[in-house]
Amino acid sequence: MAEKVHSRPVAVPERDPIPVVHIAPSRGWVSLRLRELWQYRELFYFLTWRDVKVRYKQTVLGAAWAIIQPFFTMVVFSLFFGQLAKVPSDGIPYPIFSYAALVPWTFFANGLSQSSNSLVGSANLIKKVYFPRLVVPLSSVISGVVDFALAFVVLLGMMLFFGIAPTANVIWLPLLLLLAFVTALGVGLWLSAMNVQFRDVRYMVPFLTQFWMFATPIAYPSSLIENETLRLLYGLNPMAGVVEGFRWALLNTDTAPGPMVLVSAAAALALLVSGAFYFRRMEKTFADVV
Amino acid sequence: MSDVAVRVEGLGKQYRIGGKRERYRTLRDTLADAFTAPFRRAGRLLRGQAYGAAGLEETIWALKDVSFEVKHGEVVGIIGRNGAGKSTLLKVLSRITEPTEGYADVYGRVGSLLEVGTGFHPELTGRENIYLNGAILGMTRAEIDRKFDEIVDFAEIERFMDTPVKHYSSGMGLRLGFAVAAHLEPEILVVDEVLAVGDAAFQKKCLGKMGEVAGEGRTVLLVSHNMAAIQALCHQSIWIEGGRVNQNGGTQKVIESYLDSAYAWTTNTSGILPIFSQTHGIGITGCSVHLDPSNDGYTTLRIEIEIETTRILKRIGLGITLTTTEGTLVSMVDPYVTEDIIDRVDHRCRCTFICDEIDRYLAGGDYVLSIWVEKPRVEYLIRAEKVTKITIPARDLFGTGRHFQLQRNGFVPLPMRLAIEAE
Repeated sequence: MAEKVHSRPVAVPERDPIPVVHIAPSRGWVSLRLRELWQYRELFYFLTWRDVKVRYKQTVLGAAWAIIQPFFTMVVFSLFFGQLAKVPSDGIPYPIFSYAALVPWTFFANGLSQSSNSLVGSANLIKKVYFPRLVVPLSSVISGVVDFALAFVVLLGMMLFFGIAPTANVIWLPLLLLLAFVTALGVGLWLSAMNVQFRDVRYMVPFLTQFWMFATPIAYPSSLIENETLRLLYGLNPMAGVVEGFRWALLNTDTAPGPMVLVSAAAALALLVSGAFYFRRMEKTFADVV
Repeated sequence: MSDVAVRVEGLGKQYRIGGKRERYRTLRDTLADAFTAPFRRAGRLLRGQAYGAAGLEETIWALKDVSFEVKHGEVVGIIGRNGAGKSTLLKVLSRITEPTEGYADVYGRVGSLLEVGTGFHPELTGRENIYLNGAILGMTRAEIDRKFDEIVDFAEIERFMDTPVKHYSSGMGLRLGFAVAAHLEPEILVVDEVLAVGDAAFQKKCLGKMGEVAGEGRTVLLVSHNMAAIQALCHQSIWIEGGRVNQNGGTQKVIESYLDSAYAWTTNTSGILPIFSQTHGIGITGCSVHLDPSNDGYTTLRIEIEIETTRILKRIGLGITLTTTEGTLVSMVDPYVTEDIIDRVDHRCRCTFICDEIDRYLAGGDYVLSIWVEKPRVEYLIRAEKVTKITIPARDLFGTGRHFQLQRNGFVPLPMRLAIEAE
């Protein structure tokens, strides 16, 4: 077999100055090294791209699953909570009331469960290559944005159907989505790092999302809670703020995210920061234990 | 800038292997512990003590007091037996895992190649996987764009670029994986045993590529069991034994002492025997090699092998291979070819391979014996690698007082004479 001779570029393209890496044991809590995370943004991009690309490969319905999930949950909710139990819905048709909440919720719940399993799922990568491990749960939450966009289009269609025009408050939607993202990532960081040690997490996550769903005003409005202070405390569940915010911005319910969404944001941020530090602390053991 | 590329100082890596447990005194203690342990573990987990949580107490040092220096542009071989700590060292240097003590300073970007095709996704096409794998190995997108054609060329899979990798043969997958990795351009390349994959032609190509990389003045750390490859590529070598640096210096010398130590076992204390396979219920329990002079001046080789089984096994084949100390295959006695099948083994069996006039067929020198048992054409049951060294005496083939030597003259002492025709 003839071997081909490869021409190599004569001049190596200009690169950053040669980095010096000091490899030594770390102790206790360590910095987040966000700069390094930034240096690995291309890997982050490719992992996200892979997740998006692969998500519905070899399925019959493909990306339709992104819509089926929240849509049929909405149908079931409308039947049982809306029709049978006559749960109030802040004066708007129950189907769109619940669907407007299910769209961000599905994004959150999928992001949470995907990121919790992300490290274990990438075990072969973690054992063979170095990169900031934060990239893994981060990209698995981000890749859910595509699903969110698809489900959101259906939401717009339903608003048209029910004749509901969005208010000018929709400009706040990206921030509300960010809040859902931060919450999912914060919890995902805690759980994915724990999952490396204990596969108990895998069994815990479905329970957690189920409980969390009922603790979030999706099937019912948070206006059921009349006490102002209690509603404020309800914001400690960041998803409560997200869901009510979505309804307020899109459906013009009078659940304007006042102090409650601030409480939510604070809670989400606390989750994210603590999760990130916990993750970094556990990171050094991932390759040995996973 | 100093010319040091990697400086390792007192490096140690401890692993917890678990197993140790406190003895329970009474049933009550046992039950109480069963209830409290999960909470204790959860508590430790939340405090961030990974291992404490799992209750793994027993530890081993996979690396201990490892110190060495590698200069820029040096190609260094790392050799040692399985489990000596070679791969752990590479993992620490490529920052996959943290050391427990000591430190390493690495001057330059490290590309680590501990596996071929890391992160390949079976559902993605060859083209997509090149980008994904490249990014995982630390290449930028622009870099991959630039080298894309070269990579495809090297892997020889142009026609399958848009086929999902799951439809590739394993050989194609390996070629693609190596092709991407071979086009990494870090200052320091860390390679673990990737040359051991693929068919002979591809291995040769990989070896050529590695030589090319080494020739470009890149720093390379290469782990391999293939002594021929190490000899061909590395000037310096480090021999690691039991997690410590045993010897560090010129490749030729290090390999010689490594091979000497690895094969300096007498027949009965070969170290690897007895060896058992739990799955197949069989073990190779003994082996002795005899070289006896026969009447015609040649030597007879007898290899006596003892097998034990936990149940009655029928129709099994016993095979041996002779290799050079560098690992090149010299001869394989394959039961599939010889059809010397053992009909029935009832817990113990002793067999002897006999070859008369062995020195008529093989040049004088050191050979390494491996033994295996198989169900012919079905599966391997057990293998004992490198059981012992066999030294075949060199012969004065041509009556000149000079001997035909394996090291100098090759495997086969051909009685080739020159017929000189007078004009």
